[in-house]
Amino acid sequence: MKQDAAVFDNVEAGYGNVRILNGLSFRVAEGEVFGVIGPNGCGKTTMLNALSGMIRPSKGMISCFGKELNRLEAYERCRLGIGRTWQIPRPFAGMSVYENTLAAAVHGAGRKNLLRDRRSGRKESDTALKALEETGLAEKKDMPSGELTLLDRKRLEVARAMASEPRLLLLDEVAAGLTEAETTQITDLVAGLKEKHYTVIWIEHNIETMMKATDRLMCMSEGRNVLTGDPAEVMASETVERLYLGADDE
Amino acid sequence: MIMYILQVLINGILLGGVYAILGLGMSLTLGIVKLTNLAHGEYIILGAYASMVLQSALGVDPILSLFISVPLLFAGGYLLQRLLVNRAMKDGAESALLVTFGISVILKDALLLIFGADARHITVSYGNESIMIAGLSIPLLNILLILISGASILFLEHFMQKTMTGRAIRAVSDDTEAAALTGINVGHMFALAAGIAAATAAVAGLSAGMKWTWYPSSGGHYLLIAFVIVVIGGLGNVGGTFAAGIVFGLIQVIGGASYGMLISYIFLVVILTLKPQSMFPRIKKLTGGRGNDAGR
Repeated sequence: MKQDAAVFDNVEAGYGNVRILNGLSFRVAEGEVFGVIGPNGCGKTTMLNALSGMIRPSKGMISCFGKELNRLEAYERCRLGIGRTWQIPRPFAGMSVYENTLAAAVHGAGRKNLLRDRRSGRKESDTALKALEETGLAEKKDMPSGELTLLDRKRLEVARAMASEPRLLLLDEVAAGLTEAETTQITDLVAGLKEKHYTVIWIEHNIETMMKATDRLMCMSEGRNVLTGDPAEVMASETVERLYLGADDE
Repeated sequence: MIMYILQVLINGILLGGVYAILGLGMSLTLGIVKLTNLAHGEYIILGAYASMVLQSALGVDPILSLFISVPLLFAGGYLLQRLLVNRAMKDGAESALLVTFGISVILKDALLLIFGADARHITVSYGNESIMIAGLSIPLLNILLILISGASILFLEHFMQKTMTGRAIRAVSDDTEAAALTGINVGHMFALAAGIAAATAAVAGLSAGMKWTWYPSSGGHYLLIAFVIVVIGGLGNVGGTFAAGIVFGLIQVIGGASYGMLISYIFLVVILTLKPQSMFPRIKKLTGGRGNDAGR
């Protein structure tokens, strides 16, 4: 039986005195692409921040592959197998494309698999290059990452996360700001992740884009899980329709 | 007249090597950890005392004392950052600043207790020797000091650019959160950066100790000089720091003992007003690529 890749159990979290997540609970099964939608300010990115270790919950429990995360630092969560992309790409601008993924391969994947790598003779540089090949960036590996186009920066976000060899990949609006053609390319990239058996939690405002690749969809409102289920059924529900029609969307 | 100008230029440039190494550690701490380490001046004085004690105890040239004082100060800087400053940083920059102030006071008083208030100087047999080249007198000590400073900076450049740890430090300097999410232990990297800064203070302490006299309370003076160098050269900008040291050295030689410092501080105010992103924003920033005026 597959274990849960991620579990939120009645989680409350926020920034300072402002509480954003209000008893959020959900489960993500290993190997599934789990989409998250909801109106602005409903707590989608805060949920990713709580899962990746940027903020800590004030109440409730977050776990990943059976291990409780609440007390772990962000880097420890990465080494445990959580990779994340940012809505606005944040490459290490002073480094080349390859150096960006190499840093993740050495410190994320490398530390995690140190013994295995020594036995197999596999090098972190191979991991870094493989991530670039899988995201279509291999030919641009020597470019300064600050000079990439928006689409390529989004790809680099995914590549850097993949280079840390995550079991759970968190995608924060990877299609935001892209043209229609670019959106198709990035959607294909995410669909490819599913084939490679990554577990993915994917936040996206462009619901049509996300519908193509998600197994299940969760709709959030005011920091809670309003509805979770089959993407088509969630989108057809009156609750979700009311939330979107009743709230300003981006 | 031309010979005089050349002599002043050479003296200023050579002296600049000492000033560059004085500012290097502060530049790294500010550029990477984003923290003003008020104890950096005391680290420099500690480095000077360490060289003096080792020279006396081992009877070796003080330059060789660096093989012991550099690792010692690195370890001290690392541990203080890891055990005290990193924890304080979780409560905000103000708390961390106060902790470094506390470390500064403790170190100053400890040095006073151990060594007394007497003026000290590291004396070497070649301290007053000069080399004559094309009619120009070049102090041997100044040549050695700029070579040590230059070698330290080149070593640091190589470390930052070519090693995985150096890359990780640059990543942390660039984006702390993104670095943590690629598995980089930010607290460890902050401590490494602080350790390296303290190690450069050991070199700076030796250089300053051989060049000038000092007291346990001289740390504040060197801290101020380090600030000026950092402002002129840019945060975390190793190449800029070297260039700023040269500029500062030239000002000291031109201004002389009476006006050198005054002109430097006026220059600092002018730089802060006209080019707050430093004089050398286009010199490649070794601790990250966004330059001094960029970043998030």
